[in-house]
Amino acid sequence: MKSNLVYFDYASTTPVDPRVAEKMHECLLLDGNFGNPASRSHEFGWKADEAVEKARLHVANLVKADSREIVWTSGATESDNLAIKGAARFYKDRGNHIITSKIEHKAVLDPCRQLEREGFEITYLDPDKNGVISLESIKKHVKDTTILVSIMHINNELGAVNDIEEIGKFTRENNIIFHVDAAQSTGKLPIDLSKLDVDLMSFSGHKTYGPKGIGALYVSRKPRVRLEALIHGGGHERGFRSGTLPTHQIVGMGEAFRIAAHEMEKDNKKIAKLADLFWKEVSDIEEIYLNGSFKNKIPNITNISFAYIEGESLIMALKDVAVSSGSACTSASLEPSYVLRALGRADELAHSSIRFSFGRFTTEKEVKMVAETTKRVVHQLRELSPLWDMFKDGVDLEKVEWVTH
Amino acid sequence: MYSRKVIQKFEETLNNPQAHNVGRMDANAKNVGTGMVGAPACGDVMRLQIEVNDKDVITDCKFKTYGCGSAIASSQQMIEMLIGKTLEEAKNIKDREIAELLELPSIKIHCSVLAEDSIKKAIADYESKKA
Repeated sequence: MKSNLVYFDYASTTPVDPRVAEKMHECLLLDGNFGNPASRSHEFGWKADEAVEKARLHVANLVKADSREIVWTSGATESDNLAIKGAARFYKDRGNHIITSKIEHKAVLDPCRQLEREGFEITYLDPDKNGVISLESIKKHVKDTTILVSIMHINNELGAVNDIEEIGKFTRENNIIFHVDAAQSTGKLPIDLSKLDVDLMSFSGHKTYGPKGIGALYVSRKPRVRLEALIHGGGHERGFRSGTLPTHQIVGMGEAFRIAAHEMEKDNKKIAKLADLFWKEVSDIEEIYLNGSFKNKIPNITNISFAYIEGESLIMALKDVAVSSGSACTSASLEPSYVLRALGRADELAHSSIRFSFGRFTTEKEVKMVAETTKRVVHQLRELSPLWDMFKDGVDLEKVEWVTH
Repeated sequence: MYSRKVIQKFEETLNNPQAHNVGRMDANAKNVGTGMVGAPACGDVMRLQIEVNDKDVITDCKFKTYGCGSAIASSQQMIEMLIGKTLEEAKNIKDREIAELLELPSIKIHCSVLAEDSIKKAIADYESKKA
């Protein structure tokens, strides 16, 4: 990779921690731990199984669960699918209503759409202006037929944090299954599943310095939650998810989560300091808006709308910086971010948004450099923007009759 | 994702706007036509201004564009094609020519369409002033 590129897209994926890569490497070659964990007849299998169970313990420890409650999957997308479709189909005799939110990840929204085609009724809740789903709105929409609530812990575009403790209390009291997509949470916020009333929780390896292609689903034992499996073929993972376990991936995720448990505090302190510095540096740019609220978000994600500039052009101008945008132009659909729209942000501000996300390997030097570059290119792009001219001339853009195409 | 040409045009314009016809003219002047197309909610707005002499030749252009890199590069490409052309010649510039020159992928064709629309609108504005 070009060494002058700065990576500010940790919310999209993280590099594998070198300590994780080393552990993974031990599980590949003939003289390593390459066996099939399901082989019961020889040492190769036993050793692989041992490594898988150790990793399961590391994952369970980070979220204070019992290791028997952790099911390996191919990633958070599969975990979300298994949780939502699996629970809905298993409990369909109890009811057919599911509550989720408009700002969930597509890995939650698309399975919900599929369930709608199967006859389930889904309520998509609006977040508040900062991207938070309130317990009140869940209470307002719950019905006798509600069997499942699926709400993310931390929103991937904004970093907004939902109160899953409060929501869990309510769903438990009302005998509703509660699924939480926690792909963005591990290593960023402490999670204690021994205390939380959460029934199902999705995890990802690659958002926490582990490898891609591996994830896990927490399936509560007390109370016992049951699921209809999506993948059949051998009954691995107590029938929840068949398929030969990828030892190297699992060991990688286990090691990554073990490190996260030890280093979360240190990482978070550092990242919070860098995020403060970044905001301090860029906040003297005129007409910028933080999407989300400092009061209720993780510092790892800073999502800013730069008014009168289109996000993709900003990404292009920030050519040595890897960030992502809510702009339509970066998506195949040409629709601006559905998350920002759900907050009630005007489309033009959604088009103008950039998500900067920081992580374990971000340095102060990088933060200062990116802030400097951002200031410079925002100025340059506004010089090119007819909207900036109009804003400076005092034209009310709301009242202009635009010629759309 | 972007062709080399789009990146080049975008960067030239960004780094040296004056030399690349970024700016504005007096929209009320008799010899100036202004065309603004697109909408902020759609993610692109292009404002083209042409200066026309008494022989109906476009002698100068200015533009400003809010939009993605391809929209900005399309504006730049359009300007290069416009200067020195008569109004009749300019009316015949097609979005497809701009798209081909910049090797725009199909998802970015709307950028070149916007450029063609802005030419038409600027010429119409100029002609309405003369009439």
